[in-house]
Amino acid sequence: MTTKAKVATVWLDGCSGCHMSFLDMDERLVGLADKIELVYSPLVDNKVFPDDVDVTLVEGAVSSEDDLAKIRKVRAHTKVLVSLGDCAVTGNVPAMRNHFDTIDVTNRAYFENAALQQQLPCEVVPKLLDRVRPVHEVVKVDVHIPGCPPPADVIHFAVAEMLEGRLPDLTGKTRFGM
Amino acid sequence: MASAAHVVTLTIDGRDVSANADDTVLEVARENGIFIPRLCNIDGLTPVGACRLCLIEIKGSPKLVPACVAKVTEGMEVTTKSERLDRYRRVILEMLFAERNHICSVCVSNGHCELQALALDIGMTHVRVPYRYLRVGIDASHDRFIVDHNRCVLCTRCVRVCDEIEGAHTWDLLGRGTNSRVITDLHQPWGESDTCTSCGKCVNVCPTGALSIKGHSVAEMSKRKQFLPYLTLMRTEK
Repeated sequence: MTTKAKVATVWLDGCSGCHMSFLDMDERLVGLADKIELVYSPLVDNKVFPDDVDVTLVEGAVSSEDDLAKIRKVRAHTKVLVSLGDCAVTGNVPAMRNHFDTIDVTNRAYFENAALQQQLPCEVVPKLLDRVRPVHEVVKVDVHIPGCPPPADVIHFAVAEMLEGRLPDLTGKTRFGM
Repeated sequence: MASAAHVVTLTIDGRDVSANADDTVLEVARENGIFIPRLCNIDGLTPVGACRLCLIEIKGSPKLVPACVAKVTEGMEVTTKSERLDRYRRVILEMLFAERNHICSVCVSNGHCELQALALDIGMTHVRVPYRYLRVGIDASHDRFIVDHNRCVLCTRCVRVCDEIEGAHTWDLLGRGTNSRVITDLHQPWGESDTCTSCGKCVNVCPTGALSIKGHSVAEMSKRKQFLPYLTLMRTEK
């Protein structure tokens, strides 16, 4: 039995559009399933990030204390870390709050725009960092795939290259934005 | 058109090409289908060498020179692609992205933007310098147009087209370095400008979504730049 590559996907501060684009690989996912084992992902049930992952695709910017702890753990246990999509690569829309103080942002969400039970969350909801940052400003990133979202074809190309042990050259393949 | 054109020959990336002596290297390269990235330069306006993306190497000189203002000379040996040039161009592009707030996914010019296209062309997949998140603002006081300084790269195409072609000189530059802004009249709201003729030439030459027509949503703002070389030609040919 040949061993399958262990692949994980992580969802930080993003809209899940990159994961939707991942699923848009459609029937090609069946082919990939022969070569990879999805060991951790919002799409599967495992709640604990495994110790030795070959490739992790990260969607979303680093926005909260929870994101920060998660990405550090992911980096420590991943061989090839991939920033998937504009939020992970640039901060994108989540980083638009960087023009404001965090307290003003939370007040806006939980007081000014809240009709009922106006209060700051004190449990479960993670504390926001002062600034939203792209993943590579926090941990080392090996591959960047821009796009909002990156097209399924590009994700497929990048994953296929990495399964062959190569870092994908994405020049001319995917741009920032849509 | 010069009646007795003085022709010089030079090489660009090892290719022998001929040109008029008053041509720039960028013009000759483009005529010969050789791609040199550019952002502030546009056919029909005076070149200013502001963006530095068209930097080239000339044999015998240790300096990098902007191709848009470098005049051709006899026997010149030009290199437009090298590891060093790639490195400089990429850093320049990254700094342009990091300085203001270019969020392509929510931009009116997404898909029609020269800055976005350049990143794709030169394979810039991420920005290695920290983003600055400069707060610069938007002026929507004009009836028909908007200036969003978050998306401005200070190429000064708007300044030049307004001055050289429309003759109004509504636009100008204020400040130095990262404090620079394009302004209308004496830094008054665009809608209160006495000189603006509302011709829209500035909007159409703007390479990004910094200048746009009101009422356009994400990705809807495509520009029409074809008028410019035509107007310039018609005026100089008279």
